[in-house]
This record gives sequence, structure tokens and C-alpha cells, in this order.
Amino acid sequence: MSDAKSTIQDTVTSNDVVLFMKGTKEMPQCGFSSRVAGVLNFMGVEFADVNVLADDGIRQGIKDFSDWPTIPQLYVKGEFVGGCDIVTEMTLSGELDTLFNDQGVAFNKEAADKIREANG
Amino acid sequence: MAIFAEELKQLIQESFPNAQVTVQGDDGRHMSAEVIDESFRGQNRVQQQRAVYAALKGKMDGSNGELHALALTTKVPE
Repeated sequence: MSDAKSTIQDTVTSNDVVLFMKGTKEMPQCGFSSRVAGVLNFMGVEFADVNVLADDGIRQGIKDFSDWPTIPQLYVKGEFVGGCDIVTEMTLSGELDTLFNDQGVAFNKEAADKIREANG
Repeated sequence: MAIFAEELKQLIQESFPNAQVTVQGDDGRHMSAEVIDESFRGQNRVQQQRAVYAALKGKMDGSNGELHALALTTKVPE
């Protein structure tokens, strides 16, 4: 296992929710990363952010690890959930709430409902 | 080197000959595509979109990828 791969495996195993993104949750550097980080922040989800721009090994490594060519990438309990389009769809359909409930991840349901109201 | 709507549509259509493919955007780097195909039935979204990305044969890879962003929607025919 390459260094990047084992680092990624460790990260997604030791954190319930991980977002691989361009930039940080405080300062995203791409609109798509910003959108997903914004949803998680707004929903009050505790998550680890990994800035792929800070490490080329991780930047390529996460694409190979997930077999997914784009960033951001969301992991919940070690499972790849999807990129920006999928997370957006799941937020609006309520599937993300269900996933967090099933996986025991705390989030603010009212905030999630507000996102849906604003984008309904 | 940018990729254009017609080329993108053709690439997807090669792998999904029976799919209904709609491509929008013309700056060549930020595009959106909707792919409706029977082969998606029973697959989750990640599996569906992985299949479409595979059809793009590396056009989205790395910082030299021609496409920076593809807003992708995949659906099963009604």
C-alpha cells in the first residue's frame, strides 16, 4: 500500500465524516468544495477536512482510492458517499439526513430543512 | 485544451449507445451533462456516475484534465 493510500485509509477510518476538498472548510478554494463544506457546516456536522491542494500525493491518491476523478469527495464512516452533485441531490432529497441518522452522525435537522426550503 | 459539448456528448454516447444524453455549457471547462440509460437500473448514484466518468477516458484527470468540472446527473428511464 502506498503512503498516500494508507494515509487516506487511516483518515477515513479514524473520522466519522471526512471531506477531501480544495482548500479548507474555513477557506475553500473551489466552488464545488465550498458548496459541500458549506452544507456540512450549515448542518452542524462535525467533519475532518483534507486539503488536497496541500499534498499532491493525496490529490491523486484520493482519486485512485475512490475510483472517482473529481474533488470534493465525501466519506461517511469509511464509505465513499459521492462528489458535489451527489451530495447536493442527497441533501435536497433528504437522503443525506437518512444516511447521517443510520450512521449515527449528529446533525441539525432544522438546518437541513432550511436548506430544502430555500432550494425547494 | 477545452472540450466541447458535441465532443463530450459523442464520448458519452460511445459508451452508452442507447442513452439519452443532454450536454450543456460551452466554455469547454465547466459543463453539465444528463445521462438517462437503462443500464443504470439497480445501481446507486456513485456506480452510475463512475460509469460515465469511465466513458470520459481520463478527460477529467489531474490538473491537465481538459474538463475542470462536469455537473453530472444520471437517471434511469421512467
